[in-house]
Amino acid sequence: MPAGEGDAQRTAEAVARRSYGKLVAFLAARTRDVAAAEDALAEAFASALADWPRTGAPDNPEAWLMTVARRKLIDASRRRKTSANFEPQLQLIAEELGASDAMDIPDQRLALMFACAHPAIEESLRAPLILQVVLGLNAETIASSFLASPSAMSKRLVRAKDKIRQAGIPFEIPVREDLPARLSAVLDAIYAAFTEGWTDPAGTDAARRDLTGETLFLANLTAELMPDEPEALGLAALMFHAEARRPARRNAAGDFVPLAEQDIDLWNTRQIDQANALIRRAGARESLGRYELEAALQSAHAHRRLTGRDNWLEIVALYDALQMIVASPVVAINRALAIAELEGPGGALDAMPDAEADPRLSGYQPYWAARADLLARWGAKREAAQAYDMAIGLERDPAVRRFLQKRKSITASDKP
Amino acid sequence: MQYLLMIYGEEGGWNALPEAAQKEGLAAYTAYGEALRKAGKLINANRLRDTPDATRVTVANGKTKVQDGPYADTKEQLGGYYLIEAKDLDEAISWAARCPGASHGIVEVRPVWEM
Repeated sequence: MPAGEGDAQRTAEAVARRSYGKLVAFLAARTRDVAAAEDALAEAFASALADWPRTGAPDNPEAWLMTVARRKLIDASRRRKTSANFEPQLQLIAEELGASDAMDIPDQRLALMFACAHPAIEESLRAPLILQVVLGLNAETIASSFLASPSAMSKRLVRAKDKIRQAGIPFEIPVREDLPARLSAVLDAIYAAFTEGWTDPAGTDAARRDLTGETLFLANLTAELMPDEPEALGLAALMFHAEARRPARRNAAGDFVPLAEQDIDLWNTRQIDQANALIRRAGARESLGRYELEAALQSAHAHRRLTGRDNWLEIVALYDALQMIVASPVVAINRALAIAELEGPGGALDAMPDAEADPRLSGYQPYWAARADLLARWGAKREAAQAYDMAIGLERDPAVRRFLQKRKSITASDKP
Repeated sequence: MQYLLMIYGEEGGWNALPEAAQKEGLAAYTAYGEALRKAGKLINANRLRDTPDATRVTVANGKTKVQDGPYADTKEQLGGYYLIEAKDLDEAISWAARCPGASHGIVEVRPVWEM
């Protein structure tokens, strides 16, 4: 390998991570043709990997890639001149590219994210779409993260990009009245991708582990681009709190360790500080949204473990507030578990949602795990064992299965 | 871009309305059309007759087949449309949401294929 090759590769990878979405957003802003922008950019990266080892990486790699990609984009439009709307397309590209100085490319990634999370895009595709066009992840990686087939995922992503262009989905930050709902679609998509990354907390699956890092980057980026939106700050804080505890969630044998038993020396205190700083910035404003509340909850859990000071009253109050905004069984279950710490398992069992009233719960693993735990503490051994069996049968992480099996056998051998 | 806003609703619903409500509905549609026109967005709009007046035509093997009734026999039927000019999907959606048809039925927004 020639001396410069490794450097050129590293520079290209660094620019790809930092600037991929920025360049796609800029190239596609006027024509809304995300696929064409991605193709042009891919060609520009290929040229970079061919040229930079010989010539050395340019001083401003972003501007270099922009210049090459805009040329590729115009070439591609020319080649497709059979297409009926070729002239206006070319006009748009030329105007946009001519008007702007490549040294100072405006950051339109946020507008691109709003296009990807538009209500006209199918909800389950919004997160994959953002991961692909803002971060440049390939369809295979995304498919494995979302437990989908690569070819199906690839086709659906192509379809979604076609829709952005053909249906005229705007590349814009929505007007004030639409902003809260539309922003929450963007944040929900980022969070959905993050929780997919969490389904492999042991980090054995490379695609999933990377996804957590990538989505943290996205959440941070959104918070930076919308510093006045408490929910954007709240989501980033929530994710940093969760990430900070990752090293403590497994013991040396790879077994699952619940929060109450985690070794706090393994927590990443820098990330906890970062999260708390974000919460303080968000809290300076009036409204309390879903992510801000969830971040406050994570912060309170961390605070309790770090100081040893009981704060379950505060935690139950935060869950009460969250339940007013998000009427989800997940919130109700976590609230019941907090009530157990305050009032004991009896009150908590009363606070649990009813599986007969909500059929979704019967296939929801955390519901059965929570119920099993509460029943065991309450002394209802037989019902607890049945609930543990349900939880074990519904779990896909072997480490969590082992943890639940251990809990189940401890319950069975307990003196009545 | 041009968008076709298609109003789907339950047929017979209109006739079942009391006269006062029909009057109100008519006034709402008139006002909506007027607002579109004044904003310079309206290209064309029409109300369609009910599906008992619909006829399906197909040509296969050189033979024309003519049948009574609409293409899809569903409860919600196409009852009218607005062809509008909008800068993007969001603008089209905001006009669709103002259409009285969105309150008593469904408005489907379809971008027009630009030639």
